[in-house]
Amino acid sequence: MLQTFFNLEIIEAAWPIILAGLGNTVLLSLVVVPLGLLGGLGLAMLASVRKPWVRWPLMAWVDFFRAFPPLVLLIFLYAGLPFAGLELGGFACVCVAFFLNTGAYYGEILRAGIDSVPAGQTEAARSTGVGRLQTMLYVVLPQAVRNVLPDLLSNTLEVVKLTSLGSVVAMPELLFQARQAQSLTYNPTPIVLAAVIYFLMLWPLVRLLSRLENRALAGRG
Amino acid sequence: MPGKPIVEARGIHKHFGALHVLKGVDLVLAERELVFVIGPSGSGKSTLLRCLNRLEQPSSGSVVVDGVDLLDPRTDINHARQRIGMVFQSFNLYPHMTALGNVTLALRKVAGKSRSEADALGSAALARVGLADRAGHTPGQLSGGQQQRVAIARAIALEPRVMLFDEPTSALDPELVGSVLGVMRDLRESGMTMVVVSHEMGFARNAADRVVFMDEGAIIEEGTPAAIFETPGHERTRAFIGQIQRH
Amino acid sequence: MSNWDRFVETFFNAKVMAKYLPDIAYGMLVTVELAALVIVAGLASGLALALLRSLGFRPVNLLIVFVVDLFRALPPLVIIVFIYFGLPAVDVAPSGFVSTWLSLALVLTAFSEEIFWAGITSIAKGQWEAARSTGLSYGQTLMNVVLPQALRLTIPPLTNRTIAITKGTALGTVVAVSEILGMASSAMSNSYNPSPLTLGAGAYLILFLPMVILGRWLETKMAWKR
Repeated sequence: MLQTFFNLEIIEAAWPIILAGLGNTVLLSLVVVPLGLLGGLGLAMLASVRKPWVRWPLMAWVDFFRAFPPLVLLIFLYAGLPFAGLELGGFACVCVAFFLNTGAYYGEILRAGIDSVPAGQTEAARSTGVGRLQTMLYVVLPQAVRNVLPDLLSNTLEVVKLTSLGSVVAMPELLFQARQAQSLTYNPTPIVLAAVIYFLMLWPLVRLLSRLENRALAGRG
Repeated sequence: MPGKPIVEARGIHKHFGALHVLKGVDLVLAERELVFVIGPSGSGKSTLLRCLNRLEQPSSGSVVVDGVDLLDPRTDINHARQRIGMVFQSFNLYPHMTALGNVTLALRKVAGKSRSEADALGSAALARVGLADRAGHTPGQLSGGQQQRVAIARAIALEPRVMLFDEPTSALDPELVGSVLGVMRDLRESGMTMVVVSHEMGFARNAADRVVFMDEGAIIEEGTPAAIFETPGHERTRAFIGQIQRH
Repeated sequence: MSNWDRFVETFFNAKVMAKYLPDIAYGMLVTVELAALVIVAGLASGLALALLRSLGFRPVNLLIVFVVDLFRALPPLVIIVFIYFGLPAVDVAPSGFVSTWLSLALVLTAFSEEIFWAGITSIAKGQWEAARSTGLSYGQTLMNVVLPQALRLTIPPLTNRTIAITKGTALGTVVAVSEILGMASSAMSNSYNPSPLTLGAGAYLILFLPMVILGRWLETKMAWKR
């Protein structure tokens, strides 16, 4: 069993390939997480204009991408757009897809956060002559982020896990590299190794989240 | 002491970690007796009450209620608890059920009554606390006083031999206290044995057979309401009585 | 031919769509089947684990927490790939459908256990005490008093999480499950036209948009109740 799923010789042979994959996964995460946050922030700030003709289209936009499997979006960009003469390449496709998909999730979370800040906060800041944008940036957003921090972290965990979709469009991230190594060695050890790496990398975040979430729900009871 | 003992708690000790909350307390009640337990917060009076139906497991000592040894591991505690009603400071009604649902749950699940039997008994219990017309309301639709009366109905529907009250009126607005005390007075007149942890001195004066003063995990003194309130023998009792009378 | 016509001809080609509509419809059926099985198995075993955890056997609970953490930390696609490409090495060869179902069910089990557990622990101690003081047993209290309240509390987060995980049925395409995306992709390469993918995208929206809207509605409804 150990020879099959955790073969030390194969680990040694596959290590450089896997390590390169890990590096790319980290890099990819460092690109797509800020990208998604940026998209989400844009959506949330737009939604803070409490006018129905702004809010409803935004809500439709967010729900559209929450209903759409990210892989379908990615395949559409990667395999569909070239028919219209637009070839973006794997990396660009992943970036656009994540911007749209995770941006919608982050946007929904941040909007809820902004809604949770009492209107009195904005009124107080505006009454002292602080501008609309500055009020948002310095008064509302810091409180909003604090209020929805567990949800933001939880979504970030999902985004990092989602980078494994890059393997489908030939991005050399951790899962892709592991599958390459697997087909070279005819042995599943590289996949197990990749799983172990994912787990060790994300476990601390999962632990933290489970504490925060327990507390959040307990507060409502 | 009138009648034979129905509650016999002897030598009760309770530790919470390093904290020694009850230090060898004895409390014995005769049938139809009403005992008031008073004392400063943290004196262990609520813990003592909760030992009487084993919501709190005493570290040592013995508790016998209605002839049943509660600390015997062979005792069916769920069966025994039917005979010991308890009313809580914060009502603890089930928010997802109607008043009648709250009252009939244990009748159906523990006493094994059919739904129609349980509904009849539950309605009767609600009528006894003056809430026959609120059977279909959920706790959220009732005032605090009404909620506490439903909680009393939930306990008396099981026809307990003893009722334990843990500060039943302290979470209530002053104008709602009277209705709950009225129900307790009716219970008293029907001959129920009752242990009441409360600072309602007026009620104690009228209704209690005996007042027990506790401090720092021990019973300091006990006696008739008149004796304890007018001529307390102990300095700590005097200080405490003086304090609550000023409020 | 204008640019617009060319665009419509490419992505909304009626002839291609008509031809592959049955394929996509079949894919939709497979997706629904897979999703339903994932939801049933995931929520049932998540609830079962949360109830088991409430009994408080320390070694059992440590194991539950570890398994839950494991399947929260691993990307679903990694689990699918492991089961489908890895297990055959020991002569266990589940189909793509089973691999995808098992993986997503495990992930949903982990997430829902966490949510159910948080719901159970959030019910005030007084509820337990009141029920036990009337003679209800531990199990009766859990089933009649605690769980009904806990479930109410968990419905909004559970709905959203279930949708997010169930959308993962699209990952089945990686292991040759003929669900919507898989059918659409092969139709696209057969017809040299992306219209089937447009059709597939529409199919996903038909399935999941109502669920997303339901989730949003539940969230606001429960929020006002407080």
